[in-house]
Amino acid sequence: MKFKMKRTTIYGYLFILPWLLGFLALVLLPLIQSFYYSMNDMRITPVGLKFKYVGFNNYLDVWLKDMFFIQELLGFVLDTILRVPVIVVFALIIAMLLNQNVKFKGSFRTIFFLPVIVASGPVINQLTSQDATTIPLVNQDVIIGILAGLFPIWFATQIGELFGQIIIILWYSGVQILIFLAVLQKIDPSLYEAAKIDGGSSWECFWKITLPTIKPIVLVNFIYTLVSLANSNQNPIINLIYTNMFAATRGYGFASAMAWMYAVVIAILLLVIAFVFRERKPKRYV
Amino acid sequence: MAMSKARSFYTVLTNSDLSYKEKWRLGKARLARFLFGFNDRKGFIMKFVIYTLLVSIGFVYLYPMLYMFITSMKSLSDLLDMSVKWIPTDLYTKNYKQAFSVMNMRESFTGSMLIALVPTIFQVIVASLVGYGFARFEFPLKKLLFGLMIFSFIIPPQILMMPTYRLLSTLELTGSLNAFIIPAALGQGFNSAIFILIFYQFFMQTPKSLYEAAEVDGASQLTSFIKIAIPMAVPAFIVSFLFSFVWYWNETYLTTLYLTSSKNELTTILLQLQQFEQNYQTMYPVTENSPNKINEGIKMAGTVISILPLLIVYFFLQRYFVESVDRTGITGE
Repeated sequence: MKFKMKRTTIYGYLFILPWLLGFLALVLLPLIQSFYYSMNDMRITPVGLKFKYVGFNNYLDVWLKDMFFIQELLGFVLDTILRVPVIVVFALIIAMLLNQNVKFKGSFRTIFFLPVIVASGPVINQLTSQDATTIPLVNQDVIIGILAGLFPIWFATQIGELFGQIIIILWYSGVQILIFLAVLQKIDPSLYEAAKIDGGSSWECFWKITLPTIKPIVLVNFIYTLVSLANSNQNPIINLIYTNMFAATRGYGFASAMAWMYAVVIAILLLVIAFVFRERKPKRYV
Repeated sequence: MAMSKARSFYTVLTNSDLSYKEKWRLGKARLARFLFGFNDRKGFIMKFVIYTLLVSIGFVYLYPMLYMFITSMKSLSDLLDMSVKWIPTDLYTKNYKQAFSVMNMRESFTGSMLIALVPTIFQVIVASLVGYGFARFEFPLKKLLFGLMIFSFIIPPQILMMPTYRLLSTLELTGSLNAFIIPAALGQGFNSAIFILIFYQFFMQTPKSLYEAAEVDGASQLTSFIKIAIPMAVPAFIVSFLFSFVWYWNETYLTTLYLTSSKNELTTILLQLQQFEQNYQTMYPVTENSPNKINEGIKMAGTVISILPLLIVYFFLQRYFVESVDRTGITGE
């Protein structure tokens, strides 16, 4: 028995060996290095890289001396908090529409998934620079004007921009739609039949059956959306890190510190999502 | 179906045996059924709402693409003419010719193909091996390692970008295809964690007894992987391959970092699209009286060219893409 145990261990490690090596060399090592960089002032000299230990000064500089970081970060956080739920809810609505017995279901799925294939950074940049990503009939200024009466102005402009970018937002929901659709199709129809016999309306069925069943998948989609938004090329902070990396006065050290701060912010957002979706203790039904 | 409904509605109305009041009652009932549905059948109104929503959302999805195609067909006079919106006055292909030469198509297409194809092959093979290892064997620290794999998907790549770039440039790998192949072969390619997860899920669903039977018959682990696991996992291979291909094709962050900073010939279509305007200006310099100024039509033609290969792939293989989620059982059984 003991010999057998050992053998599966060896085989298991043999199979995952490439990944393990890659993880050590290309994830763990860079992770440590990047932390080390962020504590140093790095200069590229003709002789090679020069390190000067500066402690947490880079981190302080990111917050205190960079003009754009805080501004972009606030913009990003606000944007994400608005966008992620919109994308997920939209994906759920579209998936539920498709889950009905509609004709041309396949064609609709094909259309909704198309952006996942074609939407890459430069393509989206080209399209947004041509204003091809706003619906011409939706007048953003009117919407902002109405909203400004109800909310503070910064919030109103954010929501107005949301309308302006509605196509891009929809384009980010292709994968989520498919995931929702796959899980919706797996819900046992007899659950709905039983509910209907007991006089439940479709509305009640949605809140009492559909939503609780797919709750884990909603969480998955939330996380997926957040990560894909955070790592997308359109993200201004990522471009900021990139420019700092090659900037003469800033360099790797500063850029690393900025990347770490950004990672912390994303981690906080992830934690918030996980907290919202945490498993509550089951209530007792009498 | 609508026809038969209409006919039955008509027969009710023309039936002379029924009094006017009964006709009214029956007709109303039928109309209500038609509009609001009964039992599980959806009524006409509901269906109308669903289809309208789907079609309008579908249009919103397609709008940028339509715009792109149409603008790319417009000549300069069409672009300036405000009355020409959706239908260009004539079939104008010069935009494409210009874009084709500006983007240096022959080199960039081979570059894109190489960068999308070769790392994908490595990535898929390694992901299948690792996924199999995680799914099939029990070994110490498995849970921890699995957690680390998922963690590696969530870390923002920007943290790792700089040290990795330094590592690869000290190994003199940047500027060549190797900068993409080696991470892919080590299971750290673009979105590798997702592919490992796909294979993990897939191999978890295959019955263990098959492998045990092969083992009893004296097959080695590698033989049973090649002879049993791989043939069963064909759908997972197709899905991973396609997605990996598309993602590598669309990748610009790493390609910009690894390829543009060093002087070399390797380039991709999307990199060319990124530098489209500069390249255009060097190729067709603006002189006093030549109409060589870049316009939206040419830019859109470049964009169309850059997505066309993927569109063709998608057109033929779309069912593998859209059924991917069902096939690989990512959502769990």
